[in-house]
Amino acid sequence: MDLRNKTQEQPAKVRATNFKEVSLGFDKETAKKEALRCLGCKNPPCRKGCPVGIDIPGFINFVKSDDLDKAAEVLFIYSNLPAVCGRVCPQENQCEKYCVRNNEKMGGSVSIGALERYVGDYAVSKNILPKKPEPNGLKAAVIGSGPSGLTAAYYLAMGGFKVTVFEALHEAGGVLVYGIPEFRLPKSLVKSEIDKLYALDVEIKLNTVIGKTMAVEELIENFDAVFIGTGAGLPMFLNIEGENLNGVFSANEFLTRVNLMKAYEKDSPTPVKKGENVIVVGAGNVAMDAARTALRLGAKSVTVVYRRSEKEMPARKEEVVHAKEEGIKFEFLASPVKLLGDKNVEKAVIQRFSLGEPDASGRRRPVPIEGSEYTIDCDEVIIALGTSPNPLIKNSCKRLSVTEKGTIIVNDDLKTSIDKVYAGGDAVTGAATVILAMGAGKKAAESIIEYFKKGK
Amino acid sequence: MNKILKIRELAPDVKEYVISAPDVAKNAQAGQFVIVIVEKGGERVPFTICDYDRDKGTITLLVQTVGYSTHKMAQLKEGDSLSGFTGPLGNPTDLDGYKKIALVGGGIGTAVIYPQAKKLKSENRTADVIIGARNSGLLMYEKELSENSASFYEATDDGSKGEKGFVTDILKRLIEEGKNYDCVFAVGPMPMMRAVCNLTKNYGIKTVVSMNMLMVDGTGMCGCCRLTVGGKVKYACVDGPEFDGHQIDFEEAMNRISAYKEHESEHRCKIRG
Repeated sequence: MDLRNKTQEQPAKVRATNFKEVSLGFDKETAKKEALRCLGCKNPPCRKGCPVGIDIPGFINFVKSDDLDKAAEVLFIYSNLPAVCGRVCPQENQCEKYCVRNNEKMGGSVSIGALERYVGDYAVSKNILPKKPEPNGLKAAVIGSGPSGLTAAYYLAMGGFKVTVFEALHEAGGVLVYGIPEFRLPKSLVKSEIDKLYALDVEIKLNTVIGKTMAVEELIENFDAVFIGTGAGLPMFLNIEGENLNGVFSANEFLTRVNLMKAYEKDSPTPVKKGENVIVVGAGNVAMDAARTALRLGAKSVTVVYRRSEKEMPARKEEVVHAKEEGIKFEFLASPVKLLGDKNVEKAVIQRFSLGEPDASGRRRPVPIEGSEYTIDCDEVIIALGTSPNPLIKNSCKRLSVTEKGTIIVNDDLKTSIDKVYAGGDAVTGAATVILAMGAGKKAAESIIEYFKKGK
Repeated sequence: MNKILKIRELAPDVKEYVISAPDVAKNAQAGQFVIVIVEKGGERVPFTICDYDRDKGTITLLVQTVGYSTHKMAQLKEGDSLSGFTGPLGNPTDLDGYKKIALVGGGIGTAVIYPQAKKLKSENRTADVIIGARNSGLLMYEKELSENSASFYEATDDGSKGEKGFVTDILKRLIEEGKNYDCVFAVGPMPMMRAVCNLTKNYGIKTVVSMNMLMVDGTGMCGCCRLTVGGKVKYACVDGPEFDGHQIDFEEAMNRISAYKEHESEHRCKIRG
């Protein structure tokens, strides 16, 4: 039996035609009802599932007693972005997976994510701003304003550092603004999180590409500590014939045009191709975002093709459910091997796959079935196969050690091969989640603060 | 915000802008580009750097009015500011080691070869310069280039100035006459760069071109500017913008830059009323 209290949502038919947020979250009454389902375990297993170890029963306890200020206070000890994480964390694989109620008999795990969002939104609506700490006289540079950079900046500023964030694009937020669509994460929310940094006197230098406008070495010279949170921005392609036809996009390009450049708005100066018959390749959150965005731009048909089966899909469960409700079609055990067309893509040749033995990732390896190719019509193909770190930083700073894949090598304290230079997030791990990047930003900030405490 | 310090009209629909951008000027090198956002909420448009002044902290760009954002830019006056200005991006021109160089410029590409001519002259490696345009009114940087070249040649399609014909006609003649170029650097519209490459391929002369692909971020994030060079996919923003012209799939590249032609013409109608 499913006893979980549901959040309000825009009906599938309505939301498939607009860019407004899909989930409307809990109202006060439902939130309290759901909070009361939490058993308040003494040794809460949910905390082990949280990458930043939030005191989950602690904050939920205050929701039970309607003391949302206190609930927010608890969250802020562990996370500077609860309203964001409540929306984008894969809770079913983290906290909620370990909740003692996560079984049939107990009616399903407590909706921790939705409750976190509820409290996070409350904090945003109350505009609870952090108090400025005493300056410690030290300066820190943060490269990148995505989840890890924003978090590192926040905790460094809270630790008394004068922080300068360097952002390559013209808006701060990284993947939160260029990648995750408005209907899943309203940009006004990201803005209010960034306003928190301004309240702490953090300076954000936009349009500044470290490695180009300024060298990493320059930052090392001019700041007491540097945090590299440049993410994994380089898109991967299939490397198949026809991939450079017009109408074929990386998910990064497609989503950046729509989210950051607002190409969904009428008369937007930045154009985006509005396909009628769209194929999205891949099955992660980015693939779901791209598919649902294409639908909202007016596509008649959107099909997600994925080499593995539904079970192996890396996307958050909620996103898959939402995508299906909205009418996105799924072709599992299938992937394009060739794209055809004159100037624009017109057809995709799709090959069938079966599942073999588990590979290094633990998921069953997709094995192509010879002779299984079939052709389908399409006028837009969006490739969402993942991303790898941008080599700009490494290329401009030779003494920074990186792996063969280009990810930055760090020790347990997230220190790189260079003294006083730390790194975290996707730039270190390769493409992962917002919460892991945040966790890394926080940990690196703590390491930096600790380093200077010891020195004194 | 980056202030426009000076505007000079070089030809109908072509203006030269001197823009205050100390951070960009500090590390800028010839051949690199910047991303400009004309007004808040506007497109990110790449422009090749035509000149820079590190002491004054300025970058010079040449902008031809072709689409929505360049129309918006054309409406700005001296003292106005650009909403966004990012760079220097991409790799600098590398003509090191070549002994006899021909610089070939077409249209506003002419402005991109100017800093190269200046640099080569300062290194006592003065190059020959060939520029071309549809008519005499569209020829630009003539004085600057003639002062900074060993020999200076001009071509116009209609013969209104210099030789009647294309830059490739002059280049072919010079090669045939025995100018032993070991490198040609050509910048201009893609059909012109392709024509130069087709010509120099016959003579086995290394040819470098600057590919003005469509871009969004300009830092390697989106792949919009991808093109095929030597059978491999390259990003103009981080691997280029300059490539060995003999290796480029020009047909594919020209198709890719026409992706939003329809959208552009719709927008233009709205602006021009």
